[in-house]
Amino acid sequence: MPATVKVLERKPLSFAERTYLPQIAAGLKTTIKHLFAPKVTMEYPEQRPEILPGYRGVPTLVMDPHGREKCVSCQLCEFVCPPKAIRITPGEVPADQPERSHVEKAPREFEIDMLRCIYCGLCQEVCPEEAIFLQNVYSTSGYTRASMVNNKQRLYELGGTLPDQHFKWDRKKAAETAGNARH
Amino acid sequence: MSDLLFFAFTALTAGGALGVVLNKNAVHAAFCLLLSLLGTAGLFVLLNAYLLAALLILVYAGAVVALFVFVVMLIGMQGGTGKPTGRLATVGAFLAFIALLAGAFVTLTREPLPPPVLANMPPVGAELKLYAYQLFTTYLLPVEVSGFLLLVAMIGVIVLAKKDKPEAKA
Amino acid sequence: MADFYFSLPPLLRGFLQGLAVVLVIFPIAGASSLAERKVSAWIQGRPGPNRAIVPWFAAIPFLGRFLQRLGLFHLAADGGKLLLKEEPLPGHVHKFYYTIAPWLGLIPAFTTITVVPFGAYWDSAMQTMHPLVLANVDIGILAVFAIGSLGVYSVILAGWSSNSKYPFIGSIRASTQLSSYEISMTLAVLPVFMWINSPGSDGSLSLARVVEFQSGTHFLGGLWFVFLMPLSALIFLIALFAETNRLPFDMPESEADLVGGFHTEYGAFKWSLFFVAEYAHMIVGSAVFVVLFLGGWNPLPWVPVASLVHWFHLENLPFVVGLVSIAIFLAKVIFMIFFFMWVRWTLPRFRYDQVMRIGWRRLLPLAIANLIFYIIAIALLT
Ligand code: SF4
Ligand code: SF4
Repeated sequence: MPATVKVLERKPLSFAERTYLPQIAAGLKTTIKHLFAPKVTMEYPEQRPEILPGYRGVPTLVMDPHGREKCVSCQLCEFVCPPKAIRITPGEVPADQPERSHVEKAPREFEIDMLRCIYCGLCQEVCPEEAIFLQNVYSTSGYTRASMVNNKQRLYELGGTLPDQHFKWDRKKAAETAGNARH
Repeated sequence: MSDLLFFAFTALTAGGALGVVLNKNAVHAAFCLLLSLLGTAGLFVLLNAYLLAALLILVYAGAVVALFVFVVMLIGMQGGTGKPTGRLATVGAFLAFIALLAGAFVTLTREPLPPPVLANMPPVGAELKLYAYQLFTTYLLPVEVSGFLLLVAMIGVIVLAKKDKPEAKA
Repeated sequence: MADFYFSLPPLLRGFLQGLAVVLVIFPIAGASSLAERKVSAWIQGRPGPNRAIVPWFAAIPFLGRFLQRLGLFHLAADGGKLLLKEEPLPGHVHKFYYTIAPWLGLIPAFTTITVVPFGAYWDSAMQTMHPLVLANVDIGILAVFAIGSLGVYSVILAGWSSNSKYPFIGSIRASTQLSSYEISMTLAVLPVFMWINSPGSDGSLSLARVVEFQSGTHFLGGLWFVFLMPLSALIFLIALFAETNRLPFDMPESEADLVGGFHTEYGAFKWSLFFVAEYAHMIVGSAVFVVLFLGGWNPLPWVPVASLVHWFHLENLPFVVGLVSIAIFLAKVIFMIFFFMWVRWTLPRFRYDQVMRIGWRRLLPLAIANLIFYIIAIALLT
């Protein structure tokens, strides 16, 4: 069925409309209402917008609920990072954490250059340990280039602790002990 | 004080007028004309002829010179045309110069005018009314004639401006 | 104090009066620039400038915070910035005209103020009214128009001497627009002056007299001219917007198509002079409008200042009466300035051809018809 076209007749403007004055008065009314209406501006540094879950902010390193480092320094994120923002210096697991000695590796230094990072989230995607997350930090600034590079300590400060369902390395350890006990 | 002002305004008027004639750049000349008009208006003010001063500024300085400048800027006539003046113009200018000299000679050598009788001068407040009254009684004919002249000029301009249109389109 | 003042030589007195007026105008012009930012912000649902603060003021508990939110210190910061900024002089400009153009804008604005009355006081017998005005010349309104019309040179010169395209177009627009609307403006005020110069009277174009005519208490005498001649007031107001280059008539600087218009090539202090001149023009224009149509220093229609004096027994305090009348007058002027801003953030800019069409095809015939109507009406009335 062909669409029916309904032609609306354009009414000629009345005299009042042609002087524009009623329209101008109406406009003035609208603007004066806005003058007294509550302001919608969010005054930024004091008031901050609410960040919804799933926001892709600054990449951070997180710890497991026991406060232990999760990153195993596998360097997958360093490898995948498109702009090569991540630089990892692998190291040993510190000697004062015997319950993690079976993890073998930990990052000695972990740097993300926020001048390079493009917030793509691939590091979070690729990490086998769920150790790196893009969280809700959205504003980074600094006076020097060096200050725009987040080192390991800063990354953990920003990241904090996230809940963990798996405790993968605990289970590995348990499995290892159980297996060793059987033999 | 008022002597000082008189000399200042005279200097402005005469200097401005010289500037109009001597300046090659049309825009500079137009602004010299403006200065000259302002000086004249100042002289009128010194004579208590406020109305005349205001009208001079309003009509000439405010509108006519503004239009001059507008036209000069629009057609971009910054330097002179550089064309040598024709023979007729030279002769005319020469005659005008002679007439001017003669006028100056007569003015300088004739008997001084009798000083104005102050009692006959209208008070400043009533001047306006007097002015208007005379404009519409004694001087009605000149006013009407000059008004008619302006009307004719205006129609002429409209005709001239309109004539181009169809040709430009075709 | 008053006696001491009147014993001063007239020249010094005139100088002091002028200084006093300028000292009022400049802060108002400055405050207007802040008000413009604030009003625009409020109308757009923003709080506007509200951050800058001087540490000493921050220490004042309530007031400091209030002033900060009001953005008062932004004004000082702006002024300081404009003063201290490097003053660029582009290489391609005509240096002499380029330098004097901003000043030429200020001079007419401040000169016109001299003939605008801004208050009045009475001698103790309440017999004669003394208007407060720098120069109570008989040709009042003509002087305003005459000197005001010189303001166009600032814009023209700025545009021409900048020697670049956009300023040039801006100044061309300015010169046509200003001379076009001047005609309607002049025609619009004629009925007012015909009204106050009914046959047989002295004949005067003084602005103080216009206010006198609006300070009666009976029906026609107390009616402000805006009610008596609404069409005149409207035409004058529209022409005023055009003459002061305010939106919706800001053709000369319309930043959408001309970058900055006539002041594109200007910066720092010279630019700020244009800015101040624009506000000074607005203030003078508003003052003239208030005097002509809004009853001058009378608080309400049919309630002139003289009635206030009677009610509150201020007969022997001419000083207070003068201040009250000035305050009322200033309040009205400030409202008018607010109105300018209010309109600015309400209406979009006209197109250039629309501006010309409104000026010549609508406003001018309307002004002439209005004039003829009042000629007949006044002839019938008297
Ligand atoms: S978010 Fe993307 S760019 Fe940034 S560090 Fe991770 S992988 Fe690199
Ligand atoms: S953050 Fe994840 S991907 Fe990167 S090195 Fe550590 S464990 Fe590997």
